[in-house]
Order: sequence, then structure tokens, then C-alpha cells
Amino acid sequence: MVLLERVGLHYGGRSAGSRQAAPDVLHDLNFAVPAGGFRWLLGPSGAGKTSLLRLLYLAVRPTAGRLDILGIPVGQAARGTLPRLRRRIGVVFQDFRLLPHLTAYDNVALPLRIAGRPEGQIRADVSEMLRWVGLARKHASHPAELSGGEQQRVAIARAVINRPDLLLADEPTGNLDEGQAERLMQLLKEMNRLGTTVMVATHNDGLVARHPARALRLDQGRLIADG
Amino acid sequence: MGETVTAGARRARLRPAGFDDLGVRRALSDRLLPALVAAMTFLAALTLAGAVATSSLAHHWQHGAAAALTVQVPDPGASPASGEGTRLTRVVAILTDAPGIAEARALDRAELTDLLRPWLGRDLAAAAIGPAAAGGDKGGAAADPAQAPLALPLPGVVQVRLDRPGVDLTGLARRLDQAAPGTLVESHGLWVQRLSALARSLQACAAVVLVVVVLIAAAVVAVATRAGLAARRDAIEIVHGLGATDGYIAGRFARRTTMLAAVGAAVGAAAALPVLIGLAGLAAPFASFGPEAEGGAGLLAAVPGSLWLALPCLPLVAAAIGWMTAQGTVRRWLRRLP
Repeated sequence: MVLLERVGLHYGGRSAGSRQAAPDVLHDLNFAVPAGGFRWLLGPSGAGKTSLLRLLYLAVRPTAGRLDILGIPVGQAARGTLPRLRRRIGVVFQDFRLLPHLTAYDNVALPLRIAGRPEGQIRADVSEMLRWVGLARKHASHPAELSGGEQQRVAIARAVINRPDLLLADEPTGNLDEGQAERLMQLLKEMNRLGTTVMVATHNDGLVARHPARALRLDQGRLIADG
Repeated sequence: MGETVTAGARRARLRPAGFDDLGVRRALSDRLLPALVAAMTFLAALTLAGAVATSSLAHHWQHGAAAALTVQVPDPGASPASGEGTRLTRVVAILTDAPGIAEARALDRAELTDLLRPWLGRDLAAAAIGPAAAGGDKGGAAADPAQAPLALPLPGVVQVRLDRPGVDLTGLARRLDQAAPGTLVESHGLWVQRLSALARSLQACAAVVLVVVVLIAAAVVAVATRAGLAARRDAIEIVHGLGATDGYIAGRFARRTTMLAAVGAAVGAAAALPVLIGLAGLAAPFASFGPEAEGGAGLLAAVPGSLWLALPCLPLVAAAIGWMTAQGTVRRWLRRLP
């Protein structure tokens, strides 16, 4: 499902010259996450958690090694094949990354519209999804009119509306209080129970302690523990 | 009533696909781009009008002056070197039989008088023509010059209309000279050639101006699109991350620039119309563009048909430029994303 073999990443191009100029942010990563698996992604700030997630949601391509996501070798895949793969990956960001000029409804509907779904199906799916995250009454609100927790729920609704095979979350509880964080974890675990592969990067130790699961530990761009 | 409004507002919010997910409407304002495109369309319309007018005038000259020929036959009443009749009738007969000649007509006495009058005055002109035009009466030379006739040795003049340009005038002149030695064939070709060269140069200038206008329009759309891309960078990255293709994102921008360019061009073309009608009205007497009717209908008829076709095409061309430039600019910009 997700497979990394000797994966390395540095920013600033692939040439040998720039390789020396830009230090590697990830070195020699080897791990695999099976379909339907759950992984915490742990490590101090600057360990490379966000860079690894960026690799996994195809914001960057690996500069070394082999990276397979949902069976597709990302390093060699043609650029034109990546949009379809991205639609199978849901991402929840710490800063939500909602489109401020769109309502909650339109933000959640965005992945379906990008995928070209018929509007009737979109209406049914989005209404159901907003009910699931408890925002049915706020469908016409813009992000600025929503609390941090509500915005995070819109973000997770957008991330899972396409029923993704892989769900990634980068510090999803960073802007939430304990209660909201707990509710978000319930949503993520429910998605995982329904068969979605879930990877959550966090340094909220309390949260990890309350929801024990297998964890990948990063430090200075290297994988130091997988278990 | 209040509930109806709320329901309507809600439906508007739940609007179907084609909504402005990238916020392109705000990123590409509906002011500057249409205004610039309107100004360039105005220039393009005037340039087109100039090209059309030049082409019409050149056509008119070529079918007027180029198709006319003047043949002078000295001593018109004398016997020709070959054939029957006088030298003048022989020349007219040869011209009439020659290929490519629509009409050959010897000027009569009144017309010759008209030709000479500006130089000699009416009485002297009539006197000068008198005996010579009568054909062969050489006795007039002895009469009192103050009383006329003057008996100048005036040539016969034949006006020739060609039915096509490019008739072999050299061969014709040689045959006329054999039949009536001294006959002069005067073509207006050189004068027309110069005018045609001028017209062609003006048309080339117009073409260059149009090309430059198109390039500037494309540059303006490209700059506006780049500014829009910079302003919506976050939204583009989010939509790209959600799996939008380059075509999806480029289409959002292209739809906007196409609409803005078309609206701007329509405004520019409409603004140019009164100017064109006025210019066509001024040019009508020179080029016989249309019927010389009076009033507004006459002015409208004075605008050449090709311009009526070209003006509505300007918004279409502007829309095409807007679409292609935005597509190219956005797709090139998106290549920085994986």
C-alpha cells in the first residue's frame, strides 16, 4: 500500500551540484504500511515528519530510492498520472488549508467537483458528510465564521469525502483543545476501521498514549524506530 | 416572502459545478484587462478600416486609371499607311478589333473643345478645333487668325477602355504606328503602379500594426494571468493537491480571461464604429464604396461590407487570444508543481 525503499529527499533540484548545496531532509527511509494499517508518525520538530508526509501526498517527489503509493511507483510515474492518484489520498493539515472564499459546503464538495462527479451525487454526499462531522447546520458558513474545531471538521470532511484509500494528517490536533482533538481521533479511527490506511504525524504525547498504535519515529531525517 | 429569499440564497450557495473555486473572479479584475483589450481593439478596428479603405482605393484606381488608355493620332484626316478610310478611323478600327479592349471611341469636336478650353478659352478652342476636326480642310490656315479658325495641327484623340489590366500595349502601339505612323499610345500604368505600390505599403503597415496589437494583447493577458496566479497561489496549490489536473486549473483562468477579453473587445469595437462610419462618409466620394445616399442610412452603407464582417470578429479573436494565452501561461506556471 505504502512502500519506501532507501527513500531520500532534498529540496532544490536533482542535480549533483544542488545535492551538495541543499542538505538532505530525509535519508534512506525503509518501511511499509499495509492496506488498512494505522501509523503514528512521531519525532521532534524538524525531524522530517512534514517532509515525509509531503512525499506521501505527492507535494514533492523523492530524490532517491523507491516510493510506491497505492501500488504506483511515484518516482517514475508520468506527471499526468499523479492527479488521479492524489484523488485517492486524503490530507488533513494543521492549518486546515480551507479555501476562505468558499462555504463549508463548497469546500467539502471541492474534491468531488475536481473529480467531475455529477452535482446531484455531490449534494447527497456532501450533506451526509457534513452531518457525519456535525456541521449540517453550518453548511453555508465561510471558514472565517467557524471555530477552529469546526474548521478542522470541515477539513477532515473534505479529506474523506472521496473515500480515500490513504488518509494523512499533519499535526491535526495542533489547533484544537482536548475535547476537539479526541473527537477528531474518533473520526480518524472510524475511517481506519472502514478500511482506509491512516498515518498521523503529531507530537501530542497524550493523544498517542490514549490511542496506542504502531508508530514510525523520525529523527534528523532518519527512521529510528518502526514498531 | 422572506423564506423564499432564504431558499433562493441557499440554492445559490449550493451552486453547481463551474463555480469559482480558485477565486479567479477577484484575482482577475473586471476593470483593467477589459479596458486594455478595448483600447487595443479600437486600434485594431481603425487599422482594419485603413487597410480596407486602402484596398478599395487601390482597386478603384486599378479599374479606373489602369484600364484607361489615350491614343493620339496626328494628322487624323490623312489616308492611313494601310487599309481604308482616314488615319483616325483606321486606328479606331484596329483598336476595336484588338483583344482586351472594351471600347475605343474617337473624341468628337465638342469633347476636344472641352479638353482645350482650360488652356485656350472657349472661343479660341472652338476655333482651333474647327477645320482640323472637320477633317482634311487645310485651307483654313490662310484665314485671319484674329477671327479664327486657328487651324492648329491638332491630333485626333481616341479614348480606350480596357476590359482587363495587363493588355500587351507595346504590340498594339507597334501595329497602330504601322497603320498610322506617329500615333502615340499613352498608358496611365506608371502612375497607377506608383499608387498601387503606395497602397501595398500602407496595407503592409496595417498588417504589421495588427500583428503588434495581437502580440501586445497576448502580453497583457499573460501579465494579468501571472498576477492572478501569484494572487491565488495558495488556492491553486490546495486544488492541485486535491487532484486537479493542469487542464482543470488552466480552464478556470482561461474561462475568465476569455470572457474579459471578449467583453473588452466588444466595447472597443463598438467605440470604433462611429469613427469608422464618419471616416467612411468622408471617403465615399473618392472610392465609391457604396451608394451615395443621404443621411444615416447612407453613412452606414458607406462602411465597406468587409468591415461589417471584420468588426464582429474582433471580440472572437480577442476571446481566442485570451483563451490561448491564459492556457499557455497557467500550464507553464503549473510545471513548477509536481
